[in-house]
Amino acid sequence: MSDEQDIILSELSDEELTLQMHDDLYDGMKEEIEESVNILLSRGWMPYDVLTKALVEGMRIVGIDFRDGILFVPEVLLAANAMKGGMAILKPLLAETGAPRLGNMVIGTVKGDIHDIGKNLVTMMMEGAGFEVKDLGINNPVENYLDELENGEYDILGMSALLTTTMPYMKVVIDTMVEKGMREDYVVLVGGAPLNEEFGKAIGADAYCRDAAVAVETAKEYMAKKHNQLGA
Amino acid sequence: MTDKLTAMIAEKGYLLADGATGTNLFNLGLQAGDPPEFWNTDEPDKIRALYQGSVSAGSDIFLTNSFGGNASRLKLHNAQARAYELSKVAAELGREVADKEARQVLVAGSIGPTGEIMGAAGTLSHDSAVEMFQETAQGLMDGGADVLWVETISAPEEYAAAAEAIANINAPWVGTMSFDTAGRTMMGMTSEGMAEMVAGMENGPVAFGANCGVGASDLLRTIHGFADKADRPIVAKGNAGIPKYVEGHIHYDGTPEVMAQYALLARAVGASVIGGCCGTMPNHLRAMREALDTNPKGDKPTLDEITAAMGDFSSASDGTGDGPKPERKRRGRRG
Repeated sequence: MSDEQDIILSELSDEELTLQMHDDLYDGMKEEIEESVNILLSRGWMPYDVLTKALVEGMRIVGIDFRDGILFVPEVLLAANAMKGGMAILKPLLAETGAPRLGNMVIGTVKGDIHDIGKNLVTMMMEGAGFEVKDLGINNPVENYLDELENGEYDILGMSALLTTTMPYMKVVIDTMVEKGMREDYVVLVGGAPLNEEFGKAIGADAYCRDAAVAVETAKEYMAKKHNQLGA
Repeated sequence: MTDKLTAMIAEKGYLLADGATGTNLFNLGLQAGDPPEFWNTDEPDKIRALYQGSVSAGSDIFLTNSFGGNASRLKLHNAQARAYELSKVAAELGREVADKEARQVLVAGSIGPTGEIMGAAGTLSHDSAVEMFQETAQGLMDGGADVLWVETISAPEEYAAAAEAIANINAPWVGTMSFDTAGRTMMGMTSEGMAEMVAGMENGPVAFGANCGVGASDLLRTIHGFADKADRPIVAKGNAGIPKYVEGHIHYDGTPEVMAQYALLARAVGASVIGGCCGTMPNHLRAMREALDTNPKGDKPTLDEITAAMGDFSSASDGTGDGPKPERKRRGRRG
């Protein structure tokens, strides 16, 4: 593959190792990511710092190149898979140390729509970016979304539709949330091939997300705002 | 023995395929959320009407209502056991409609993607995919399809699995991919890449091409990318424009006139089987038929001539040719 010398991860400085992890995420190298996460933890890093500085930052770079048409879905899925390997190690530690969560999301394709590949990609990339995602599958009536939101600790609702005939149902869900006085408790993101920004605004969503990478970036922006508000 | 599609292309030079399935079925009353394939047995008259719409508009070949007729998609409706049956009936109904015509009309057995992800990061194995495709393919051939038609594929691995499944039952086939992401398929394959893949296949299709995707301009750019490398007939099945949300209603912006012009350009670029995809109704097909039959084949347009006629591309590059390719500067990489 390369003329360069093999890199011994444990011999790298913290800074070099972090950059190496960004590259390893980019290349979807799960075992190396797991090894590096353990090395940083053994050097006394806080789990939250490993997550944000090494993993989430690495996935941010992957997201940018996906958005710009340099990487495509297969590479991004491998990167997300490597990220999940690291997350599996960090997850129990994050809970123990009371680290702020990156965000929890409910996602599903709306009632009347049986398309799911775009929604599945968003789920995988959101998980890859460190979010917890509850996937409700296809053909969801408004009750499915609301029951799940009410019975869990969620920050974000994601809705997907591929059909021009089903996308208006997103408004039904949002209107019901308004009626129940719960709309302001969640960030609502919508996506799907026939949608656009105008439509997202028209139905009262917080944002329309053109693709899975944009969904992740948008979710992160809203979570950052939320944390700032809590901190203020 | 030459298959019927190859023979028909050789005889006529170019063929008109069909238009949308979903858009037409919704107009016939299909409820959003219901699998269209159930109508093969529940509402056979409406499926006959769907097929007849294309045939009466002048299509030489039409696709069966079996796009989601594989176990993986049907499982979403607890009907995974019906893949063979629903596919077979889809083709039988097609056979009925085609055989009533005085002229020759071919029935193409539509095979859509599994909807699952294959390859290194995927959840669907090659063997499972082959098994599912073969079940659908067998149903379609047993129902009387003249040729199988794999469409809207984005992953080369899935294309290869379909090829193997069809080789197992020794049927002729066409395979098109959907180029909807910066001029590539969702999985990153370029038009040139697809032409090369097809040329290198042992059990390759009799024709290959592009369907669905973004708009007419992008689709024509993809056909342009195939044309120099193609060693067999090319299929172009583009959407009738781009869906727009206008005051509560959905509207495809491709008029019959636009689709007629698209058909002429597609033939000029190098396609010999030309049809529509989402949003393409019988009135679009009629306009395409008339345009193709009353105009001589044009000179191959340049990419600039395509955008001048049909509008801008959705992305600056489609990953082909000598244009600048975006690249990321890498740090050291381990061997």
